[in-house]
Amino acid sequence: MTILRTVLPQPTPETQHYWDGCAQSELRLQRCRACAQAYFPPRPVCPSCAARDIEIFAASGRATLHSYIINQRPRPDMGKDPHSIAVVLLEEGPKMMTNIIDCPQTPEALILDMPVEVVFIRQNDAITLPFFRPAQG
Amino acid sequence: MKPNTIAIVGAAETTRLGVIPELSTLGLNVDCAMNALEDAGLKPKDIDGIATAGEHPWNVAASLGITPKWVDGTSVGGCSYFLHVRHAAAAIAAGYCDTVLVTHGESGRSQVAPPRYGANPANFLGQFEMPYGIAAPVTQFTVPVLRFLKDTGTTQEDLARVAVVQREWAAMNPRATLKAPITIDDVMNSPMIAYPFRKLMCCLVTDGGGALILTRADRGKDFPTKPVYIMGSGEAVENPTISMMADFTSSASFRVSGKAAFESAGIRHADVDHLMIYDAFAHVPLYGLEDLGFCKRGEAKDFLRERRSAPGGELPMNTNGGGLSYMHSGMYGMYALQESVRQMRGTAAAQVADAKISVCHGVGNMFSAAGTFVFTNEL
Ligand SMILES: [Zn+2]
Repeated sequence: MTILRTVLPQPTPETQHYWDGCAQSELRLQRCRACAQAYFPPRPVCPSCAARDIEIFAASGRATLHSYIINQRPRPDMGKDPHSIAVVLLEEGPKMMTNIIDCPQTPEALILDMPVEVVFIRQNDAITLPFFRPAQG
Repeated sequence: MKPNTIAIVGAAETTRLGVIPELSTLGLNVDCAMNALEDAGLKPKDIDGIATAGEHPWNVAASLGITPKWVDGTSVGGCSYFLHVRHAAAAIAAGYCDTVLVTHGESGRSQVAPPRYGANPANFLGQFEMPYGIAAPVTQFTVPVLRFLKDTGTTQEDLARVAVVQREWAAMNPRATLKAPITIDDVMNSPMIAYPFRKLMCCLVTDGGGALILTRADRGKDFPTKPVYIMGSGEAVENPTISMMADFTSSASFRVSGKAAFESAGIRHADVDHLMIYDAFAHVPLYGLEDLGFCKRGEAKDFLRERRSAPGGELPMNTNGGGLSYMHSGMYGMYALQESVRQMRGTAAAQVADAKISVCHGVGNMFSAAGTFVFTNEL
């Protein structure tokens, strides 16, 4: 599925590992070695205990649909059809904003807490965005 | 800070609210500033501190011919003015200045010389939310609500009820933008904007402004109006973006700010006669009622169903009609503060009889920021 966005992120030194991971179809999260807390979005210091000893690991890509809206008036670059703006709860604990794709953009199809899985869609040489779709496996 | 040592001695909104194409953002700031000065019986030269957001403080100062010796341009969204008042109170107590003017003016509808906020593709919002299509607050502030509804057993009709009750208050207010009665069905049949939010669950978009003047409470009797004392206050920030809100059913900034306000005032919830909770969208008062401790978790919906915040109820809430029916320029917090001041002065359109304590709670930038006041008209 091709979903191309014109509003794209600009990585920083603190987030480059995440975007590099997406380009390799890997959802990279950070985890604190001191307190074992996994967190997102990327930050150089653990938000739970302020330790600076942070590791990067590949998340499973499995999540549940935590909350969402269906925007009836999409931003001009997002097409004309109503679309979801969702937050998923990753299996590892952190939350992440995304769009739920590969399913009707309706309340009947978008059931809270349903399992979803990551799918990576390349946008350009520098940026690949993670999206989520209903879990298939 | 000790309770009741700082007083609001001047308060006014712009001469008109609604659609005001003949005034710029700065012009709206100046109009309400002049009205507040007149209300307090002061001249610009009597002001030695300035605070504002949206517009730059030096533009307001220069427009009034003031060289203030204290300034605050804190900008945390719609509750910025709450933080200005709180910071001003501390500055006056510290002796940095004596008489502070806080102004808000916003050309929300007419967009005459509005502030320009550029998107930054490198910050949290730009990297982790903008690519997914977020735009106006209706696509951000609203995102947690389905989680709140499911976890608390609240329904979409309960969201509609917030709008219905506030319209009842607005009907008593000649300055309210929308005054015609509405039903839950009317709200549920209004156009879908961002599921589950329908048009009548979303705030208005209007032009206007408001200004406040603060000084030491011991000077309170020198002014023509009844002084309104700051009994307690709080402020907080939590999530830079909506997806970073730790708990989608409860705002940490609301809890921290509210707790500080109640503790510094030394009051209990039962002492509160009047309540304002900034309602950019219909869910925010429900979060506020629970996070400020007026209701237990999941019981804000019952508070509304039992009409406890409605006309005739025990705790009148959003008595001006709120952002849903009174007006909403974009950074509505100033109008919530104005209504609390009117209620404490005894001059509100829908006046709560014998009200002695008003709690006013503001939100900024999609639950990112909060400010809370406990006001009283008694020493
Ligand atoms: Zn840690």
